Amino acid sequence: MMIKQRKNKIADIVLFVILAVGAVFILFPIAWMLSTALKSAPEVAMYPPKLLPEKLLLENFAIAWSKAPFTRYTTNTLIIVFFTIIGNVFVNSFVAYGFAKIDFAGKKLLFKIVLATMMIPGFVTLVPTYVIFSKLRWVNTYLPLIVPAFCGNAFHIFMMRQFYRTIPNELMEAARVDGAGHFYIWGKLMMPLVKPVMATVALISFKGAWSDFQGPLLYLSDKNKYTIQLGLQVFKGQGYTEWNYLMAVSFLSMIPILVLFFCFQNYFIEGMNVGGAVK
Amino acid sequence: MFGKLLTKFGVKSRKGRETAYGYVFILPWLIGIVCFVLGPLVFSFITSFADYNMLKVNFIGLSNYKKMFFQDQLFWKSLGNTLVYSLLNVPLVTVGGVIVAVILNKSIWGLRTFRTIYYLPSIMVGVGTYFLWMLLLDPANGLVNTLLGLIGIKGPAWLTDPNWTKPAIILMHLWGLGGQMLLYLARLQSIPQDYYEAASLDGAGMFKKFTTITVPLLSPIIFYNLTIGIIGAFQVFQEGYIFSGDGTGKPAGSLLFYNLHLWNQAFKNFKTGYANAMCWFLFAIVMILTVCNQKISKKWVYYEEGDNDD
Repeated sequence: MMIKQRKNKIADIVLFVILAVGAVFILFPIAWMLSTALKSAPEVAMYPPKLLPEKLLLENFAIAWSKAPFTRYTTNTLIIVFFTIIGNVFVNSFVAYGFAKIDFAGKKLLFKIVLATMMIPGFVTLVPTYVIFSKLRWVNTYLPLIVPAFCGNAFHIFMMRQFYRTIPNELMEAARVDGAGHFYIWGKLMMPLVKPVMATVALISFKGAWSDFQGPLLYLSDKNKYTIQLGLQVFKGQGYTEWNYLMAVSFLSMIPILVLFFCFQNYFIEGMNVGGAVK
Repeated sequence: MFGKLLTKFGVKSRKGRETAYGYVFILPWLIGIVCFVLGPLVFSFITSFADYNMLKVNFIGLSNYKKMFFQDQLFWKSLGNTLVYSLLNVPLVTVGGVIVAVILNKSIWGLRTFRTIYYLPSIMVGVGTYFLWMLLLDPANGLVNTLLGLIGIKGPAWLTDPNWTKPAIILMHLWGLGGQMLLYLARLQSIPQDYYEAASLDGAGMFKKFTTITVPLLSPIIFYNLTIGIIGAFQVFQEGYIFSGDGTGKPAGSLLFYNLHLWNQAFKNFKTGYANAMCWFLFAIVMILTVCNQKISKKWVYYEEGDNDD
C-alpha cells in the first residue's frame, strides 16, 4: 500500500510538471504579445529579441488606436454584434420551442434537416448567397451580416431545444388547460426558465460576430463601414508593419471577449458542453 | 389571437391546431433554410453549368466541371493543400485535446488555474491571433526560432517556406486546442469513478484503464469532433488569406486552400459559374465524408444507453 501511494505521488508530480511546461508554452505567446506592444520600434527589430522592453511604453496603446479609425470600427462592430445577438437569442428560442414543445406533423423529418444543415460548410452556399444579397443591393450594408441571424441557426436551435426538453411538460399543460396559447407560454412562462441558455447563445453570438472576418471582408467595401477585424487587417497591410502598434491594437481587440469570458465563464462552458452532446 | 384566427378558418381539432402552431414557431427557420440553404444550393447547381458572371447566364454544359478536373492546375493544388492540412491537423489536435483533458481530469494541485490557462487561447479569437503568430514565427527574430536556437536547432522559415506553412498553421491550432479539450473534459467528468475503482481491483493499470474505459466512453464525442474537424478542415480559409498577406496563397501556392481558390474565382475573377461548380464539388466531398464517418463510427463508437433516445 505504501509503495502504491508513493508511486501515485510521483505520478502526480510528473503530471504537474508536464502541465506546468504546457502552461508556459501557452502563456508565453500571450506575454510576448504584450511585451511587443510595449516596446519601442528599435527594440522590436533587435536581434536576439529582448524579453522585456527597457521602458514600458504604455502610450503605445493610445498611439496605435489613433493610427486608424479604430473607435469607428469598434462602433460598427458593436452595431452588428447587437443585432446578431437579438436575432439569435429570440428567433432561435422561438423556433426551438416549436421543436421541443409542440407536436406537429413532419416535425421529426424537419428536425433531422436542422441537424443535417449543421454539417454543411458555409462555403458551399457562400457564392449563391452573395449573388442573392447583391441582387437585393445589400452589398456594402450590414444587412447580409445581420439578417441571417434572424432566420435561425441550426446549432443554437439544437442547443436550446435540448434545454427546453429538460423543462417538465406539466407546467405547460396546466397553462393550456387554463386557456393559454403557445405564444403566451413561450413568452411568459418559458422565457424566464430558459434564461441560462439564452445567455449562452448571446455569448456565443457575441464571440462569433465580434471575431468574424470573412463576412465583413466579403460584404463591406466602404472604409467607414469596416469592422474591427477588417480594420486590423487593413492596418497591417499598409506598407511597413509596425509590430509594436499592431500587437497593441490586436490585444485591445481581444479584450471584450476576454472580459466577457471571465465574467460569465459558466455560460461559455455550458455552451461548449451542449455542443458536444450533438451526435 | 392566433387561436381565434384558427377557429375562424375552421381548424378545430387539437391536432390541427398544434400543427398550425408548430409551423408558425418554426417559420423563421423555414424561411432561413429556403433562402440561405436550399435556394442557394439549387441556384448554384444550375449556374454551375453556365458561364455566369452575375449578370449574364450562358449555359455551357459540363465545361466548368471539365475545366475544374482537367485544366485548372490550381484546383488540384488547392485540394491537395486542404487534404494535407486536414490529415495533419485533425488527428493532432484531437489526440492533443484528449491527452490534455485526461491529465486535467486528475486531482492535481492548481487544477482550476491550469484549466483556465489551457482554455485561454480558444477565447483569443480574431485576426489579432493570426498576427501574433506571424510575429512569433518570424524566421529571424521570432520567439519560436529564438527558443529553438537556444537548444541548438536552427528553426525553419515557417510562413515563408512552402514546406513549413502548414506545420505553422497546425502549431497555432495546437496552441488553441483548449476548446476541444473542454468538450472531452466535460465528458470525462461524467464517467463514474467506480468504473475505475472496479478496474483497479481487477488489477488494471493506468494504460489499460485508459484504453478500456476512457477511450470507449469518450468515443462518441471524439467521433463528433472528428466529423466536425474534417468538415472544419475543408472550411479553412482565413489562415490562407491572412498568412499569405495578399490572399494569393503564397509562398509557392502552399497556402492556397480550396476555399481560398474558390473565393478568388468568385470574387476576384468573377467566374461565378465556375465557383459554383467548386461549391458543389465541396458539397459532394463533405457529404461523402459525413456518410463514411457515420459508417465507420458504428464500428468503434460506443454509445451509452439513452444517448440516442430520439
